[in-house]
Amino acid sequence: MLDDFFIRALIAGIGIALVTGPLGCFVVWRRLSYFGDTLSHSALLGVTIAYSMEFNIAVSIFLISSLIALILIHLQRKTNLPSDALLGLLAHSSLAVGLVVIGFLTFIRFDIMGLLFGDILAVDKNDLIIIWFGGGLILLVLKFIWKPLFASTVNYELAEAEGLNPDRAKAIFTILLAAIIAISIKLVGVLLITGLLIIPTAMARNISDTPQKMVVFSIIGGLLSVFIGLFSSLEFNTPSGPSIITAALLLFIISLLKIKQTIQLKN
Amino acid sequence: MSIEKNILVKLNNAGYKQNNKWLVEGVSFVIEKGKIVTLIGPNGSGKSTTAKIALGFYKGIEGQVEKFTNKIGYVPQKISIDWTLPLRVNDFMLLTDELSDDVVDEALKSTGVYHLKNKNLGNLSGGEFQRVLLARAISKKPELLVLDEPVQGVDFTGEIEMYELIKKISVNLNCGILLISHDLHTVMSATDYVVCLNGHVCCCGSPTEVAFNKEYKALFGEQASKTLTIYEHKHDHVHTTDGEIKKN
Repeated sequence: MLDDFFIRALIAGIGIALVTGPLGCFVVWRRLSYFGDTLSHSALLGVTIAYSMEFNIAVSIFLISSLIALILIHLQRKTNLPSDALLGLLAHSSLAVGLVVIGFLTFIRFDIMGLLFGDILAVDKNDLIIIWFGGGLILLVLKFIWKPLFASTVNYELAEAEGLNPDRAKAIFTILLAAIIAISIKLVGVLLITGLLIIPTAMARNISDTPQKMVVFSIIGGLLSVFIGLFSSLEFNTPSGPSIITAALLLFIISLLKIKQTIQLKN
Repeated sequence: MSIEKNILVKLNNAGYKQNNKWLVEGVSFVIEKGKIVTLIGPNGSGKSTTAKIALGFYKGIEGQVEKFTNKIGYVPQKISIDWTLPLRVNDFMLLTDELSDDVVDEALKSTGVYHLKNKNLGNLSGGEFQRVLLARAISKKPELLVLDEPVQGVDFTGEIEMYELIKKISVNLNCGILLISHDLHTVMSATDYVVCLNGHVCCCGSPTEVAFNKEYKALFGEQASKTLTIYEHKHDHVHTTDGEIKKN
């Protein structure tokens, strides 16, 4: 069964959506959309390093993204630049450096489009192991830091005053974000992974009134996006990442109708 | 020593410096079980900073802070819940601790907001939200309660009710309370010890002692009449805009 590329892509997509759901909620709640973008742009650099040193791609992306996150925290402390400027600086320079390095690596054939937008054919059995094992690990760690992370998302000082450790939770969350980017890059691509974190969550927000519901709907939204996206990718021969994100966008638009209904009911 | 046992937090000449600028310095006071300590002072006088020093937020403070309890309830000065987080009052009550339904209900009832239990936090009025914050803080039966301007956004009658409620909490839970206020007259009747701050301790003592203190009169008398000008002491020193204190 696993010999069929489509089944592999589907299993990979399910594993990714299960993780992007809860992580995406925190990305939206904590206003980290651009932070996610910056980490994923730096992933390209991770890929090139993996190729040139014959290293595992996921591990390499994970390390580079974590490094970029550390550099960001350092720059935030040491410079007077606003965070969004620093995020832009790091996102574009790491993307640029990644592309320049690719230019130098003439001895390796690259599918840049595949890297940027995901490739349904690229997922092999090893990737499945990394996605499901890594994804499980991410969820397990998230479960452990849930309380301090969630409490400090609502109010940092409240969490700290009442004996939780918000800074540690934040640091660990950053690492988890780097990890999900690392394991989902092949299927979704560098440019669109943040979309999978944010769009199903945005849809979930439109139809939820508690944080728990928002996490559940966000997972369901992610799964539906992956199913619809991958089937249409197969059907219309479109790249997998954009297909998944387009499906997520459609779900988001449908969820807007629900808001409209609720407002009408209230009036 | 029974007196020593009742001490929850002790600040001795404590202060905090950020970017080489003193936010507050030379603060000493003790919070005991069942007592209310009130911090007053104009905006930017270091009231919240002092509370955070007492809570142990900062690393690298000057002076000594000794904390003898970890059961702390906190009502921060500013808290904004935005629309991205759908949070009901009940979810908010369980934010930092697992509490049974009974405990949550009891706390909400004691501050008079039980009927809001399943309402979204974003739909509460300012006064309702302050009561929910207070309910959350007392639900864990804290030994120390730190309330940073708990009556903001509450109208005048509600304000008196809130202060009565705080007094009741201090009796019922026998907890120490550190109350921050810019509103003097209502607080002072219910409080045991007042610290008047303006970057440093201007004066302190029982409410009546402080009310008749010359520096206190100077601080708030001037402030009320010239609300738009930068406050200047009329005694031995002036506060410059960058926070430094210059002797005359």
